[in-house]
Amino acid sequence: MKLQKASAFAIYAVLELAANPLRQLAGIDIAREYGISAHHLAKVLRDLGRAGIVEAVRGVGGGYRLSVNPKRLTLLDVIQVFEPVGPQNDTTEDPELATDAGQALRMVLDELDDHALATFQSITISTMLKLMARRPWAGSARVSKQGPRAASRH
Amino acid sequence: MNHISVVRARLDRGTADEIRTRPAVSSDLAALIALDEEVTGIAKRKYWKEAFARYGARRRLPRFFLIAEQNGRIEGFTIGEVRAWEFGEPPCGWVFAIQVRPGSRLNGVGTRLFEALCNEFRKAGVKRVRTMMARDNHLVLSFFRSQGMMAGPFIELESALD
Repeated sequence: MKLQKASAFAIYAVLELAANPLRQLAGIDIAREYGISAHHLAKVLRDLGRAGIVEAVRGVGGGYRLSVNPKRLTLLDVIQVFEPVGPQNDTTEDPELATDAGQALRMVLDELDDHALATFQSITISTMLKLMARRPWAGSARVSKQGPRAASRH
Repeated sequence: MNHISVVRARLDRGTADEIRTRPAVSSDLAALIALDEEVTGIAKRKYWKEAFARYGARRRLPRFFLIAEQNGRIEGFTIGEVRAWEFGEPPCGWVFAIQVRPGSRLNGVGTRLFEALCNEFRKAGVKRVRTMMARDNHLVLSFFRSQGMMAGPFIELESALD
């Protein structure tokens, strides 16, 4: 499955802030680290601020810091700021959805959504930092293309 | 074999005493039943007596019933066993119960229990630990995730028997 870019950028930013709890980080520095659009990340950080997940610190040395406990903040908390997760109440009136095939397909898709919801809800930002430190994907054939943040991190 | 491991807890709040893990003994049963009742709201005396007989003292099979205590009080317990060739898989350790007193959570009790159980599994010669739980049990699911557990190679399926 794929997340929207905003959700992924938000997770990167939150992880970065959680890994650096003693200092504020500027959005542009986070964007540079990950090779992502600073403009897009700025908007994401504003949305996270409105959701109460990060707070902006103004003045010299200002930037963003996490405003919630990373042991309590889940991936779902972050993703849901930007996109729905889990089974959705389909309000469309497409006739095919009422057919047996449509209902059966809906049931299968809901099963997948339930798993995604449980997974995102059970993984905290602290757990993600531990996962990054363990790097279980090292040597795996499923490692994705190396971006600006190559394997040496954490 | 020394079954008692003494570890110093990372104490976020509270006392500086140590969390000790050890195998449960029959004199722990009353406290274990009370702890379970505190967590679940249901007293299950018969169930826990049977569980202790199956997984507790005098075990010959690789079954483990461990408790964690601090300041002389039982703060949690875990139960697990090594199961061999289930679903065609080589022997592995299964965790099928872990419980920590609500007021003692976030003190490292669950982590100590999980580590102690994993050590028993290692001593039994297995290289993998598994568990299964309800999807909506966010608290325990998050705990196992925080211990580094990820989705395994199985999907649980079920059906109503009409």
